Amino acid sequence: MPYMTDRKRAVGLGSSKSGTEHHWSMTLSSVGLLILVPLFVFTFGPALGLPYEEMVLYYSRPFPALVAGLTFVVGFHHFRGGAEIMLEDYVGGFARKASLAILACLSYGLMAAGLFAVLRLAL
Amino acid sequence: MADVNRGNRPLSPFMIGPYYRPQWTSMTSIFTRITGNGLIVAAALTVWWFLAAAAGPDAYRVANGVITSWFGDIVMTLSVAALWYHTLAGIRHLIWDTGRMLEVGRAERLGQAAVAGAVILTILTVLIV
Repeated sequence: MPYMTDRKRAVGLGSSKSGTEHHWSMTLSSVGLLILVPLFVFTFGPALGLPYEEMVLYYSRPFPALVAGLTFVVGFHHFRGGAEIMLEDYVGGFARKASLAILACLSYGLMAAGLFAVLRLAL
Repeated sequence: MADVNRGNRPLSPFMIGPYYRPQWTSMTSIFTRITGNGLIVAAALTVWWFLAAAAGPDAYRVANGVITSWFGDIVMTLSVAALWYHTLAGIRHLIWDTGRMLEVGRAERLGQAAVAGAVILTILTVLIV
Protein backbone atom coordinates (compact mmCIF):
# COMPACT_ATOMS: atom_id res chain seq x y z
CA MET A 1 0.00 0.00 0.00
CA PRO A 2 2.66 2.60 0.77
CA TYR A 3 3.80 2.41 -2.86
CA MET A 4 0.30 3.17 -4.22
CA THR A 5 -0.55 6.81 -4.89
CA ASP A 6 -3.94 8.21 -3.82
CA ARG A 7 -4.98 8.46 -7.45
CA LYS A 8 -4.03 4.86 -8.21
CA ARG A 9 -6.10 3.65 -5.25
CA ALA A 10 -9.15 5.58 -6.53
CA VAL A 11 -8.99 4.40 -10.17
CA GLY A 12 -11.91 2.15 -11.10
CA LEU A 13 -13.84 2.73 -7.87
CA GLY A 14 -16.38 5.14 -9.39
CA SER A 15 -19.71 3.84 -10.63
CA SER A 16 -19.72 5.28 -14.13
CA LYS A 17 -16.16 4.30 -15.25
CA SER A 18 -16.11 7.25 -17.64
CA GLY A 19 -17.03 10.92 -17.84
CA THR A 20 -13.79 12.84 -17.45
CA GLU A 21 -13.52 13.21 -21.25
CA HIS A 22 -17.03 14.69 -21.32
CA HIS A 23 -16.22 17.13 -18.52
CA TRP A 24 -12.95 18.15 -20.16
CA SER A 25 -14.66 18.63 -23.53
CA MET A 26 -17.24 20.93 -21.86
CA THR A 27 -14.43 22.82 -20.09
CA LEU A 28 -12.46 23.34 -23.32
CA SER A 29 -15.50 24.41 -25.35
CA SER A 30 -16.59 26.76 -22.54
CA VAL A 31 -13.24 28.54 -22.70
CA GLY A 32 -13.61 28.79 -26.49
CA LEU A 33 -17.10 30.23 -26.09
CA LEU A 34 -15.85 32.70 -23.50
CA ILE A 35 -13.89 34.29 -26.36
CA LEU A 36 -16.39 33.68 -29.17
CA VAL A 37 -19.69 34.64 -27.51
CA PRO A 38 -18.87 38.32 -26.81
CA LEU A 39 -17.37 38.62 -30.32
CA PHE A 40 -20.47 37.02 -31.86
CA VAL A 41 -22.96 39.12 -29.87
CA PHE A 42 -21.27 42.36 -30.90
CA THR A 43 -20.75 41.38 -34.57
CA PHE A 44 -24.12 39.65 -35.18
CA GLY A 45 -26.08 42.26 -33.19
CA PRO A 46 -25.34 45.21 -35.51
CA ALA A 47 -26.10 43.04 -38.58
CA LEU A 48 -29.62 42.26 -37.33
CA GLY A 49 -32.15 44.39 -39.15
CA LEU A 50 -29.75 45.60 -41.89
CA PRO A 51 -31.17 45.89 -45.43
CA TYR A 52 -30.30 42.85 -47.57
CA GLU A 53 -27.47 44.43 -49.62
CA GLU A 54 -25.72 45.91 -46.58
CA MET A 55 -26.06 42.61 -44.68
CA VAL A 56 -24.44 40.70 -47.59
CA LEU A 57 -21.56 43.22 -47.66
CA TYR A 58 -21.19 42.96 -43.88
CA TYR A 59 -20.92 39.15 -43.86
CA SER A 60 -18.57 39.16 -46.89
CA ARG A 61 -15.91 40.50 -44.53
CA PRO A 62 -13.71 37.76 -43.03
CA PHE A 63 -13.92 38.69 -39.35
CA PRO A 64 -17.71 38.59 -38.72
CA ALA A 65 -18.00 35.48 -40.92
CA LEU A 66 -15.19 33.64 -39.10
CA VAL A 67 -16.63 34.54 -35.70
CA ALA A 68 -20.11 33.31 -36.74
CA GLY A 69 -18.77 30.05 -38.22
CA LEU A 70 -16.62 29.24 -35.19
CA THR A 71 -19.45 30.13 -32.80
CA PHE A 72 -21.75 27.66 -34.59
CA VAL A 73 -19.19 24.83 -34.43
CA VAL A 74 -18.11 25.30 -30.80
CA GLY A 75 -21.56 26.45 -29.60
CA PHE A 76 -23.53 23.48 -30.93
CA HIS A 77 -20.83 21.07 -29.73
CA HIS A 78 -21.15 22.60 -26.24
CA PHE A 79 -24.96 22.54 -26.46
CA ARG A 80 -24.98 18.87 -27.37
CA GLY A 81 -22.75 18.02 -24.40
CA GLY A 82 -24.82 20.02 -21.91
CA ALA A 83 -28.23 18.88 -23.14
CA GLU A 84 -26.95 15.29 -23.12
CA ILE A 85 -26.30 15.51 -19.38
CA MET A 86 -29.76 16.97 -18.78
CA LEU A 87 -31.44 14.15 -20.73
CA GLU A 88 -29.37 11.52 -18.91
CA ASP A 89 -30.47 13.06 -15.60
CA TYR A 90 -34.20 13.12 -16.28
CA VAL A 91 -35.00 10.55 -19.02
CA GLY A 92 -34.52 6.79 -18.82
CA GLY A 93 -34.80 3.65 -20.93
CA PHE A 94 -35.75 3.81 -24.59
CA ALA A 95 -36.87 7.44 -24.31
CA ARG A 96 -33.32 8.35 -23.28
CA LYS A 97 -31.78 6.69 -26.34
CA ALA A 98 -34.36 8.25 -28.65
CA SER A 99 -33.99 11.75 -27.20
CA LEU A 100 -30.16 11.51 -27.35
CA ALA A 101 -30.41 10.57 -31.03
CA ILE A 102 -32.76 13.49 -31.73
CA LEU A 103 -30.41 15.79 -29.81
CA ALA A 104 -27.43 14.71 -31.94
CA CYS A 105 -29.41 15.25 -35.17
CA LEU A 106 -30.61 18.67 -34.01
CA SER A 107 -27.16 19.85 -32.83
CA TYR A 108 -25.20 18.72 -35.88
CA GLY A 109 -28.02 19.71 -38.25
CA LEU A 110 -28.08 23.28 -36.93
CA MET A 111 -24.27 23.40 -36.89
CA ALA A 112 -24.06 22.30 -40.54
CA ALA A 113 -26.88 24.61 -41.63
CA GLY A 114 -25.27 27.61 -39.92
CA LEU A 115 -21.84 26.84 -41.39
CA PHE A 116 -23.25 26.37 -44.89
CA ALA A 117 -25.13 29.69 -44.69
CA VAL A 118 -22.11 31.64 -43.42
CA LEU A 119 -19.84 30.13 -46.09
CA ARG A 120 -22.33 30.93 -48.83
CA LEU A 121 -22.70 34.53 -47.58
CA ALA A 122 -18.98 35.05 -47.17
CA LEU A 123 -17.74 33.51 -50.45
CA MET B 1 -27.77 -0.12 10.55
CA ALA B 2 -31.54 -0.36 10.79
CA ASP B 3 -33.34 1.64 8.15
CA VAL B 4 -37.09 1.31 8.59
CA ASN B 5 -37.87 3.95 5.98
CA ARG B 6 -36.08 2.37 3.02
CA GLY B 7 -37.58 3.34 -0.33
CA ASN B 8 -39.97 5.95 1.05
CA ARG B 9 -37.67 8.94 1.40
CA PRO B 10 -37.75 12.22 -0.53
CA LEU B 11 -35.22 12.11 -3.36
CA SER B 12 -32.57 14.79 -3.71
CA PRO B 13 -32.58 17.17 -5.57
CA PHE B 14 -36.27 16.85 -6.48
CA MET B 15 -37.52 17.92 -3.09
CA ILE B 16 -37.30 21.69 -3.40
CA GLY B 17 -40.10 23.20 -1.37
CA PRO B 18 -41.21 21.33 1.74
CA TYR B 19 -37.95 19.44 2.36
CA TYR B 20 -35.24 21.48 0.73
CA ARG B 21 -34.72 25.19 1.41
CA PRO B 22 -33.74 27.03 -1.80
CA GLN B 23 -30.25 28.53 -1.55
CA TRP B 24 -28.21 30.76 -3.82
CA THR B 25 -25.91 27.87 -4.75
CA SER B 26 -28.62 25.37 -5.75
CA MET B 27 -30.87 27.94 -7.45
CA THR B 28 -28.06 29.48 -9.53
CA SER B 29 -26.99 25.95 -10.54
CA ILE B 30 -30.49 25.00 -11.72
CA PHE B 31 -30.78 28.34 -13.51
CA THR B 32 -27.51 27.61 -15.34
CA ARG B 33 -29.06 24.45 -16.80
CA ILE B 34 -32.34 26.18 -17.70
CA THR B 35 -30.61 29.08 -19.46
CA GLY B 36 -28.13 26.82 -21.29
CA ASN B 37 -30.81 24.54 -22.70
CA GLY B 38 -33.24 27.39 -23.33
CA LEU B 39 -30.69 29.11 -25.57
CA ILE B 40 -31.55 26.55 -28.28
CA VAL B 41 -34.52 28.78 -29.22
CA ALA B 42 -32.34 31.81 -30.01
CA ALA B 43 -29.71 29.54 -31.61
CA ALA B 44 -32.27 28.03 -33.98
CA LEU B 45 -33.66 31.51 -34.80
CA THR B 46 -30.12 32.74 -35.51
CA VAL B 47 -29.33 29.80 -37.83
CA TRP B 48 -32.66 30.44 -39.60
CA TRP B 49 -31.65 34.11 -40.08
CA PHE B 50 -28.30 33.06 -41.63
CA LEU B 51 -29.91 30.41 -43.87
CA ALA B 52 -32.49 32.93 -45.07
CA ALA B 53 -29.74 35.50 -45.66
CA ALA B 54 -27.86 32.96 -47.79
CA ALA B 55 -31.04 32.00 -49.66
CA GLY B 56 -31.85 35.47 -51.00
CA PRO B 57 -33.62 38.81 -50.40
CA ASP B 58 -37.17 37.43 -50.06
CA ALA B 59 -36.35 34.76 -47.47
CA TYR B 60 -34.12 37.26 -45.67
CA ARG B 61 -36.92 39.81 -45.42
CA VAL B 62 -39.18 37.24 -43.70
CA ALA B 63 -36.57 35.93 -41.21
CA ASN B 64 -35.17 39.39 -40.48
CA GLY B 65 -38.71 40.70 -40.03
CA VAL B 66 -39.60 38.02 -37.50
CA ILE B 67 -36.40 38.42 -35.44
CA THR B 68 -36.65 42.24 -35.34
CA SER B 69 -40.41 42.27 -34.62
CA TRP B 70 -41.58 43.08 -31.08
CA PHE B 71 -41.94 39.35 -30.41
CA GLY B 72 -38.47 38.63 -31.79
CA ASP B 73 -37.07 41.49 -29.70
CA ILE B 74 -38.51 39.95 -26.52
CA VAL B 75 -37.09 36.50 -27.38
CA MET B 76 -33.67 37.87 -28.32
CA THR B 77 -33.42 40.18 -25.28
CA LEU B 78 -34.34 37.34 -22.89
CA SER B 79 -31.84 35.13 -24.72
CA VAL B 80 -29.07 37.71 -24.37
CA ALA B 81 -29.79 37.79 -20.63
CA ALA B 82 -29.70 33.96 -20.54
CA LEU B 83 -26.48 33.97 -22.58
CA TRP B 84 -24.67 36.39 -20.23
CA TYR B 85 -25.92 34.59 -17.14
CA HIS B 86 -24.85 31.20 -18.53
CA THR B 87 -21.45 32.68 -19.50
CA LEU B 88 -20.82 34.14 -16.04
CA ALA B 89 -22.03 30.93 -14.35
CA GLY B 90 -19.62 29.05 -16.63
CA ILE B 91 -16.72 31.27 -15.51
CA ARG B 92 -17.77 30.39 -11.96
CA HIS B 93 -17.42 26.70 -12.79
CA LEU B 94 -13.97 27.29 -14.31
CA ILE B 95 -12.94 29.00 -11.04
CA TRP B 96 -14.41 26.16 -8.96
CA ASP B 97 -12.61 23.58 -11.13
CA THR B 98 -9.29 25.01 -9.93
CA GLY B 99 -10.36 24.38 -6.33
CA ARG B 100 -10.87 28.04 -5.49
CA MET B 101 -13.90 29.87 -3.97
CA LEU B 102 -15.59 26.65 -2.85
CA GLU B 103 -16.37 27.86 0.69
CA VAL B 104 -20.15 28.28 1.12
CA GLY B 105 -20.05 32.04 1.70
CA ARG B 106 -17.77 32.77 -1.23
CA ALA B 107 -19.64 30.35 -3.52
CA GLU B 108 -22.90 32.16 -2.69
CA ARG B 109 -21.32 35.54 -3.40
CA LEU B 110 -20.09 34.23 -6.77
CA GLY B 111 -23.68 33.27 -7.64
CA GLN B 112 -24.97 36.70 -6.66
CA ALA B 113 -22.20 38.28 -8.74
CA ALA B 114 -23.24 36.17 -11.76
CA VAL B 115 -26.87 37.34 -11.47
CA ALA B 116 -25.89 41.01 -11.01
CA GLY B 117 -23.31 40.81 -13.81
CA ALA B 118 -25.83 39.27 -16.20
CA VAL B 119 -28.31 42.11 -15.55
CA ILE B 120 -25.63 44.76 -16.15
CA LEU B 121 -24.26 43.06 -19.30
CA THR B 122 -27.79 42.62 -20.71
CA ILE B 123 -28.58 46.33 -20.25
CA LEU B 124 -25.22 47.23 -21.86
CA THR B 125 -25.86 44.88 -24.80
CA VAL B 126 -29.35 46.28 -25.42
CA LEU B 127 -27.94 49.84 -25.31
CA ILE B 128 -25.03 49.05 -27.67
CA VAL B 129 -26.74 46.71 -30.17
